[in-house]
Amino acid sequence: MQDKVLLQMRQIEKRFPGVRALDGVDFTLREGEIHALMGENGAGKSTLIKVLTGVYQMDGGEIKLDGELITIRSPQDAQNSGISTVYQEITLCPNLTVAENIFIGREDSTWVRHKDYEKRADEILGKLGIPARSRQQLGDCSLAVQQMVAIARAVDMKCKVLILDEPTSSLDDKEVNMLFDLMRSLKSQGVGIIFVTHFLEQVYEVSDRITVLRNGELVGEYLTEELPQVELVAKMIGKELDELSSLREEPDIVVEEKEVFYNAKGLSSSAALPFDFSIRKGEVNGFTGLLGSGRSESVRAIFGADKVTGGSVSIKGKPVKITRPVEAMKNGIGYLAEDRKRDGIIADLSVRENIILALQVMNGFFKPISRSESEAFADEYIKVLNIKTASRETPIGSLSGGNQQKVILARWLLTHPDYLILDEPTRGIDVGTKLEIQKLVLKLAEEGVSVTFISSEVEEMLRTCSRLIVMRDRHVVGELKGSDLNQEQVMKTIAGGEAKDEE
Amino acid sequence: MNQKIGVRREPLTDTQLLMTITIFIFFGMYLLAMLLLGGGFLRAQQVFDMLNDNASLIIVSCGLTIVMIGGGIDISVGAVTSLVVMSCVLYLNGGGNIFVSILLALGIGLAFGLVHGFLISYLEIQPFIVTLAGMFFARGMTTILSVNPQKVAHEGFAKLRDVKIEIPWLGYVANNGNVVPARMELGVVIALVCLVLIFILLKFIKLGRAFYAIGGNQQSALMLGINVKRTRFISYVISGLLSGISGYVFMMHTGAGNATNAAGMEMNAIASSIIGGTLLTGGVGNVAGTFFGTMTLTTIKKIVVSSGLKEPWWQSITTGGMLCFFILLQSVVLGQRAKRKKS
Amino acid sequence: MKNKNLNGFKLNLGQLTIPIIAICLLIIFNLIRDPGFFAIEITHNNDGNAVLAGNLISIINGASELAILAMGMTLVTAACGGQDISVGAAAAIAGSAFVKILKSTESINGGTVLFALLFACIVAMLFGTFNGTLVAVFKIQPMIATLILYTCGRSIAYWINGGATPTVSSPIINAIGSFIPGIPVPTPVLIVITVAVIFKLVFHFTSLELLTQSVGINGSAARLNGINATFIKLLSFIILGACVAVAGCIGVSRLGLINHETLLIDVEMDAILAVAIGGNNLGGGKFKISGSIIGAYVIQMLTITLYAMKVSSTDVKAYKAIVIVLLVVIGSPVIKARFAKLWSRFQSGRQKVSTKGAE
Repeated sequence: MQDKVLLQMRQIEKRFPGVRALDGVDFTLREGEIHALMGENGAGKSTLIKVLTGVYQMDGGEIKLDGELITIRSPQDAQNSGISTVYQEITLCPNLTVAENIFIGREDSTWVRHKDYEKRADEILGKLGIPARSRQQLGDCSLAVQQMVAIARAVDMKCKVLILDEPTSSLDDKEVNMLFDLMRSLKSQGVGIIFVTHFLEQVYEVSDRITVLRNGELVGEYLTEELPQVELVAKMIGKELDELSSLREEPDIVVEEKEVFYNAKGLSSSAALPFDFSIRKGEVNGFTGLLGSGRSESVRAIFGADKVTGGSVSIKGKPVKITRPVEAMKNGIGYLAEDRKRDGIIADLSVRENIILALQVMNGFFKPISRSESEAFADEYIKVLNIKTASRETPIGSLSGGNQQKVILARWLLTHPDYLILDEPTRGIDVGTKLEIQKLVLKLAEEGVSVTFISSEVEEMLRTCSRLIVMRDRHVVGELKGSDLNQEQVMKTIAGGEAKDEE
Repeated sequence: MNQKIGVRREPLTDTQLLMTITIFIFFGMYLLAMLLLGGGFLRAQQVFDMLNDNASLIIVSCGLTIVMIGGGIDISVGAVTSLVVMSCVLYLNGGGNIFVSILLALGIGLAFGLVHGFLISYLEIQPFIVTLAGMFFARGMTTILSVNPQKVAHEGFAKLRDVKIEIPWLGYVANNGNVVPARMELGVVIALVCLVLIFILLKFIKLGRAFYAIGGNQQSALMLGINVKRTRFISYVISGLLSGISGYVFMMHTGAGNATNAAGMEMNAIASSIIGGTLLTGGVGNVAGTFFGTMTLTTIKKIVVSSGLKEPWWQSITTGGMLCFFILLQSVVLGQRAKRKKS
Repeated sequence: MKNKNLNGFKLNLGQLTIPIIAICLLIIFNLIRDPGFFAIEITHNNDGNAVLAGNLISIINGASELAILAMGMTLVTAACGGQDISVGAAAAIAGSAFVKILKSTESINGGTVLFALLFACIVAMLFGTFNGTLVAVFKIQPMIATLILYTCGRSIAYWINGGATPTVSSPIINAIGSFIPGIPVPTPVLIVITVAVIFKLVFHFTSLELLTQSVGINGSAARLNGINATFIKLLSFIILGACVAVAGCIGVSRLGLINHETLLIDVEMDAILAVAIGGNNLGGGKFKISGSIIGAYVIQMLTITLYAMKVSSTDVKAYKAIVIVLLVVIGSPVIKARFAKLWSRFQSGRQKVSTKGAE
């Protein structure tokens, strides 16, 4: 029973212009199994999921469900063949009741029989142990329950394969446990579950098997119990020899003596738990940890991007109050946001306007940067950062990801910050640009700028940072310096010391 | 166990909450008016008058409510009503037949609905602009048909117009001792039938729930397997059709066509829907609320007149104030709700 | 290289393509219909001044209020992603305030007119602040928020006038509404130019344009760059308030009286239309004031053309509607995408070569 193959994807290929997102990936899901799909950003997990759910069309390979070859052209197709997905963002209607959300769009008659649906919904909810009532408005339920309602809908549609795409990222411990109980009970009913997450502990808690992807390629499929946590991290991150490991030339010692630029005690925000942090002038440090570990939330708190809820901050020894981004900027802090599309670029505006934006805000409303001045700035940074754009007036939205990132970087460099926070500046951009950005970070440090650098790729951080703060599950779990700065140590700390001790 | 869950009272949904607030305020206001102003407010005829005068407004507001629940807007409803009145009046005066005139009214409304729906949902043009064009077109056509007021001179229609439903036991005794029964026009019956039908549509029919779904979250609705474009299309078609009906009812009430007929009706309809608890952001609203929204608006106007604020400007100023009150109230209530949920 | 320049030019025109095409078509249509349509002549008005007259002048003159309102509306649209439907009502209030001050002074001279204008501006800006607060602070959709003033604005104006339609007669008011002695160009046109220049100067001496666009395009990113979105939105409504006051005062001066019911009636719809025809996205974001101004003249030219074709003033709306629908259908994203597809298929051969060259 355990080994009956339910879903088989073979030699899946998916290409985007200039990128090979999936390169001959195999994936096998068995009946009654929770299968974790792991990999860092850009590894190809989400592409694989999207191919499976019909959002993308694959360029090569085959998908077999219950031994039969199937083609999936749309999300609707996928649902009809028994493949349901529950996304991280809730794809239900918050203004309708729980029962309606389970049944809408697939009613068998013109009439909506509320009583009947509510009864059936209560049955399903009861059977799955979901703490929701059928007549509740969905928007009144917690996110966890909303997610479970989405699962209930999928289950009621007799799905054979259930894909959970980062279901736990916005849930607390108790809610996660509820979700896991639900997953286990579905598993016992023979549903195959694909579980995508970044939380290692969770993977070890519920999953039976792990498939690891990296750079669009299959690394391997493992039984969870046979794969120690630290090895999993190594497989996800990869250990390729790196052509530029000598980028940094012993900067640590010098930094130790410099004055502390920024110091925070017990800083917390609506998204980050309290933490202490300080950085010296000209120091490059890093926050590391897997996605969702709280690294981004912490730096956002430093910048005042989320609502700051507590803690004291001082800059150059003087206490300051930073609750809004503009206050951080006035104190010489710059922040390159993690989500470039949502929080970085102003898509319809030109490269030039995007570059001068932050400086303009700091200059104030009545001191606009003149056209000629802004053109000079834009030209300067286009040249310095080697931004590939048709002209400085090209809308930033039409640039490639790497060049967009450089423009945002230029925006912050133009403000001449004392302290620059770079959250995933190298995500989704080509290798050449990655190296350029890393070199730039080191150059800035030489000039006395403090930099916090966050990246999903550990080598990158090892190459640039002289100190690493390691986070796991929203807590700081370690700080690595000097000789501890090596991949093995980082992975061990991320994974939780000697992986097995933890469990 | 299941029984228990069934009995348990759930907290109100947003739609129910906003509607309940409106109903309470309406009854509270009316009760106060009865106590303090007395006079006409003590007579049942007052309510019937309000219904008689506003039958067509109630009908268009229902259509607008559907569109707004789906996350859109239709500002052409008043103009279409006016066009329907003028077309039907001219047709009847030209010796037309009653049955065909009804078809004409429905046809004009339907045509507007179809065009609006097509342009908005299939060509993805902003609803405001499309229905604004519809409004201009309908107003322009009305004056092209006739600039001068036209009175209906058609025997069959006169009979239809004079059909009044009399309810003696709700009447009152006039000064001369005669009993004056409460009178309700045929238009009110049509309006109430429309109201009930749409209430059923929104509550118990698949399509009706789909309106809520696309208004609540369009992306989700698509993922839940709802044909978003078709649903939106239908919402405008229904609104157009109801504008046609409303035009006929309007004509039965006034018995004449005039280029300025139903001027400002679209904004009154929007105000009714908002007061009744429909959110322009979509997904929340109910025609029962809209009905009480219309009645609340009318009651305010009546109260203003009865309480001695005779100057003509007080009516709209109080209406505006009331609208402001409701909009802020809704914003605060829903804001509080969201906050409570988070904590 | 030459090709690239051409593309750049095309992009720059981009947003203005449709309004410019519309205005060209209207001009051509009129010239075919009546070659002398745009003839400008110098006549003498009642006061004996030499003034310009002709269809073209009446188009440019007649669109003045609309053009001024469209400029303010563009800003609100860009920042808030919605429109103010209360501008007509607010203009009536501003006009009433204007007349109220003039009536309460003994003699109307330059000083009192200026004071009255300032007072009208302050009143209209206060109402703008009211609308803006609802939108920016209470996060109510602009259309709903301004519906309040739309409903009661004209009645407030009526109340200010004390239930009458007072008249003001003074050479100064007359000069504002029609011609300043010795200058052949209608004064409203001069005012439009002044307002446009003020906008240009504001954009030049403040960072309003950049900040407004940023807020409108990506509010989240704007906030992370330290922009105070609430302030920007509020400001856009206050600026629109000033525009409303100017437009209202011109309207009053033209007739020499304030009629709360008819002053700038339905102008809000036309103003929104002007913004849309000008190629600005009604959902907010990038904007061009010049587009909206051209849009206003397109609407007015259309109206005058229809008048010239013996269409009565009340019927004009129907024809206007047809033109609007045609314009928005051409500009619709779906139609555009269809055309783009056809175009790329048509060009695909050539493009391959050119991209290779670029690399």
